[in-house]
Amino acid sequence: MHIPDGYLSPQTYAPLWGVSLLFWSVALRKMKKELSTKQIPYLAMAAAFSFLIQMFNIPIPGGTTGHAVGAGIIAILLGPWTAVIAVSVVLIIQSVVFGDGGITAIGANCFNMAVAIPFVSYWVFKLINRKSIKGARVYVAAFFAGHIGLSTGAIVTAMELGIQPLIARGADGRSLYAPYPLSIAVPVMALEHFLLFSIIEGMVTFLLLKYFLKYESDQIYAISVKEA
Amino acid sequence: MTKSQKRLWIGLIILAFFSPLGIILPDRFGAKGAWGEWSTETLQKVLGYVPEGLRKYSDVWKAPLADYSFGGQGATYAQQIIYYMLSGLLGILLVGLMIYAISKLLVKHEK
Repeated sequence: MHIPDGYLSPQTYAPLWGVSLLFWSVALRKMKKELSTKQIPYLAMAAAFSFLIQMFNIPIPGGTTGHAVGAGIIAILLGPWTAVIAVSVVLIIQSVVFGDGGITAIGANCFNMAVAIPFVSYWVFKLINRKSIKGARVYVAAFFAGHIGLSTGAIVTAMELGIQPLIARGADGRSLYAPYPLSIAVPVMALEHFLLFSIIEGMVTFLLLKYFLKYESDQIYAISVKEA
Repeated sequence: MTKSQKRLWIGLIILAFFSPLGIILPDRFGAKGAWGEWSTETLQKVLGYVPEGLRKYSDVWKAPLADYSFGGQGATYAQQIIYYMLSGLLGILLVGLMIYAISKLLVKHEK
């Protein structure tokens, strides 16, 4: 899901830089108001976790690989706005230091993985788990939060890649940037995530929520914060 | 540090040590890499050409530890596994430092 340099036209990556900058500035302002010193270690651990879980490439035998992002559980535990910053930090380090995701595509990748996934995951969790912190419902909510969140991130990424042939073509009619049209990019990315990678993300979300409900139930933003 | 925090940090370190599974398993199962993240060489092979704009922008940035490797293209499989694990540990350090730096700026203003 890490779009490399060259796959997106400037007409695509520049506006997405703008969108991500907007989300970062709102997120930082919110954190400035709400972040307590006590939460900083959790924020660091969240970013470290997202970095590490993304290293676990899961193979489709003979096919492609993919991985969880951990953005859903971070949104549930620390709130979606804090998750924006935690996951963005990871994506920036990955891009700059490890060449995973392009420099020009940092805005796009942050929008896809650090904005779309946390917010969708958070909404799904709140939608399924209205009140209870007991019973199976909270775990079902966690699984689908992770699953639908990651799947959404994959589809948004696929759309950005898939519109490239519509945006810029050379004289020979070939795409100047990402070569595959929407009709290929979206189904491929949606299916591989829906059937495998997002299931892993759902399980990761569920298992970590289980841990936090048992040992640190006061740390769970989605349960302790009423209004958001 | 609370007991639970300690346990979580230990969990993260363990995760870093197991991270090479992320290259071993794809290798075992003959999986090629993520969809839409191909190198220009792979594109040349699969499409028969490299899109013009893609080629132009594809190496605007040379990451110091590209592909989570310290040894560039020449690394052996065993080296890659070690480098990958070290990258995991380095990743914890780098994102941790960046988070602490951001938090410090934010929380200081609060008072």
